[in-house]
Amino acid sequence: MELFRLIIDWLSILAIPMIIFLFIGYGAYKKLPVYEKFVEGAKEGFEVGVKIIPYLVAMLMAIAMFRASGALDMLTYLVSPLTNLIGMKPELLPMALMRPLSGSGSLGVMTDLMKTHGVDSLIGFTASTMFGSTETTFYVLAVYFGAVGVRNTRYAAPAGLLADAAGLITAVLICQLWY
Amino acid sequence: MLNYIWFWMIMISLLVAAGTDIYHEVSGEPATGGHQTEESLNKRTKLGQLADAAISSATTAVNISIGLIGVMALWLGIMKIAEEAGFITILARLVKPVTKRLFPEIPPDHPAIGAMLMNIAANMLGLSNAATPLGLKAMEELQELNPEKDKASNSMIMFLVINTSAITLIPASAIAIRASLGSANPQQIIVPSIISASMATLVGLSTVKLIQKFEKRKANKKGDA
Repeated sequence: MELFRLIIDWLSILAIPMIIFLFIGYGAYKKLPVYEKFVEGAKEGFEVGVKIIPYLVAMLMAIAMFRASGALDMLTYLVSPLTNLIGMKPELLPMALMRPLSGSGSLGVMTDLMKTHGVDSLIGFTASTMFGSTETTFYVLAVYFGAVGVRNTRYAAPAGLLADAAGLITAVLICQLWY
Repeated sequence: MLNYIWFWMIMISLLVAAGTDIYHEVSGEPATGGHQTEESLNKRTKLGQLADAAISSATTAVNISIGLIGVMALWLGIMKIAEEAGFITILARLVKPVTKRLFPEIPPDHPAIGAMLMNIAANMLGLSNAATPLGLKAMEELQELNPEKDKASNSMIMFLVINTSAITLIPASAIAIRASLGSANPQQIIVPSIISASMATLVGLSTVKLIQKFEKRKANKKGDA
């Protein structure tokens, strides 16, 4: 376990220098004008950054309204009978509902839960596992589809949310067993 | 689908906020002080809070996007070199057996595969700064193969579902916060997180595959009739 952690730690430190060395080195070996090619690629960065603005505004606005209005609290109340069935603590529900919506929001909920119930309590343990179990689906959908101008996302949102639900429920169950 | 979700999130927010405010007015919540200034009404009512949140979220969105430009430029520059040198094609060839099944519509040597692979690897290592630009690069490549440009292709959805349920080997931010709050064993969440994320990926993959199969059958039936 310790060794595994050490390897991963080093990998994540070395990854970026290694990739830069490998890619630029290989480019030079292939006799590419590396500086010119880099600049050529980097030019697109600005375009992409600007392109996603409207999509991100639309998404973040809806999520911010949903949270501020108290609708999220109401949803929590409505879903709670279901989550009680798997023995999920009601305190964890805001975490589960926030996770796919907002990265910074769920980070806040997680920190708050660990502060009030203790980092190493079942609630604290489960909340941090839930945080690591999935990504912020709505953010990824908005940014990724926005960058290429796809408006009709078909079944991407429901499929992504179903995957989130599976991850979050697994996190709850595993932490109950593990604890 | 996102049209409905977006519309209903906003409508429900407005209804819930208005309902809460009306309830408080009718139930006669004692007004704090005799004369309400405009500002305090803004802070006191749910509708006021909702309006504030909506406006400030727009600023947040722009800040995120602008903040992304620098790292985007860096990674897109590096990727351009890798692509033209043929490195991405080499990567793509290595994972051919897996990608052939997950992305049957993409030619196995296509640069989209290499970009997706880099994105997934960056996610696994928790390099979120690198993951987004690489993921967007992958989306651009996928868009080139997409026959209907404003509609998501099967491959795009598959990629996004894998991406959003991303397996992270070290959930660094969660571990850092646990450590700062004095956990006895901050990295205890690593294995449970990996298991949960794998479950999410598995369910996501199967859902997408099932829907694709279902849609294909429907299309075939239409063709027969």
